[in-house]
Amino acid sequence: MTFNPFKFAAPATFYPLAGRLIPWFWALTVVPLALGLYWGFFQTPDQLGGSNAQKEYYRIIFVHVPAAWMSMWLYVVMVFWAALGLVFNTRLSFMMANAVAPTGAIFTFLALWTGAFWGRPSWGTYWDWDPRLTSELVLFFMYLGYLALNAAIDDQRRADRAAALLAIVGLVIVPVIYWSINCPDPNQCAALHQRSDLTRIEGNILFAMLTMTLAFWMYAFAVSLMRLRTLILEREAEAIWVQELVGGRAIP
Amino acid sequence: MWSAFWCILQRDLRLGLRRRTEVLTALAFFMIVVSLFPLGVGTERQVLQILGPGVVWVAALLASMLALERLFAADYEDGTLEQLVLTPQPLSLLVLAKVAAHWLLTGLPLVVIAPVVGMQYHLADGQVGIMMLALMLGTPVLSLIGAIGAALTLGVRGGGILLSLLILPLYIPVLVYGAGAIEVSRIAIADAQPYLLLLAAFLLMALTLAPLATAAALKIALE
Repeated sequence: MTFNPFKFAAPATFYPLAGRLIPWFWALTVVPLALGLYWGFFQTPDQLGGSNAQKEYYRIIFVHVPAAWMSMWLYVVMVFWAALGLVFNTRLSFMMANAVAPTGAIFTFLALWTGAFWGRPSWGTYWDWDPRLTSELVLFFMYLGYLALNAAIDDQRRADRAAALLAIVGLVIVPVIYWSINCPDPNQCAALHQRSDLTRIEGNILFAMLTMTLAFWMYAFAVSLMRLRTLILEREAEAIWVQELVGGRAIP
Repeated sequence: MWSAFWCILQRDLRLGLRRRTEVLTALAFFMIVVSLFPLGVGTERQVLQILGPGVVWVAALLASMLALERLFAADYEDGTLEQLVLTPQPLSLLVLAKVAAHWLLTGLPLVVIAPVVGMQYHLADGQVGIMMLALMLGTPVLSLIGAIGAALTLGVRGGGILLSLLILPLYIPVLVYGAGAIEVSRIAIADAQPYLLLLAAFLLMALTLAPLATAAALKIALE
């Protein structure tokens, strides 16, 4: 028998697969998380030298930067599933988008929150209207809007499709965040954030940061799949296989 | 095809002008919000000159949003909207006509009344011109983006509050560049040009994409 990935587009077949994948994703979360935090906190240089001297507090970037990356990535992932759902009208795609959204919102919040904690000692303020901070805040509002619209409409089918459309419209904000620092002419956009450039980062710091990113990715997979399983059970509650699964009486 | 466009446009204008209070409410709201700020932050000439551009745009955003809720609501309630969706005409074109009528009734009056705001905030004559131009380019974008939100929240409980949550984040670029245009024109009028060009670019993009998204949202709402 050949492997057919489309088989798993049906909630009934995806549910057990997700159940088997979740422990693996948790394992893949915990190990890099422990390694990344250890490496970031103990194995990286004490402070950035030169004119940009920062003390131990710079280590918050090992949470802050991966969280900010994830906040943008997960929005793209959410839009991908939402668009797939609109085009092919598949139930599972919408559930996938719904399952990813809260995690994205949490990472956005985490990025903003850790940024504020970093900003206090290094910029002397919790909040500044730097373009990247502001656009990240807007991204947070987009997540909230998606979740609120989804919750406000009673008809699940309409809620899915309406929220998906909103997510697609909101996609315009992601490139804005990305290029809010790396804009073509640095003189035109004064910002407190440095230009991001992976090649200019010290090797140990980069290693810790990428390890943390991997951990966050796997965490996002794990919790999204867990949320997805709950969504499947909730929405397919009338289906026979769910009734059998939860031990209830099957509807004839 | 264009006759359908004109037909809807004329119909909505006529309906809007017959219920003048709705049109005037948005305008009165705009003027009241703008007038409240000097009372709250003090009436020094310098403060007002700095504050003016931002206040005008925030008030315009709120006024435009206030009126948006009614954009499709009446047609939705009496079933007209369903008929519009069923016509062989492209729905996005009909949406564009409705949004155009909406802008003529709620956005254009803001542009016309802008010089009064300019006086309140001691803006220079040239700045008032820039402000009118910026509003002229920016308020249609607000109506176009807002129409997407209005269509998405059609008939949803708590729609008004939800609409603000969905739409205000998308309004931010218009706010930034609209206020920016007025702000920089305080020093030199010509400095406002890039801001106005960007607003014009937003307008073109919104004109092409927003009606399509709104039409899709309406179809979802009516399914």
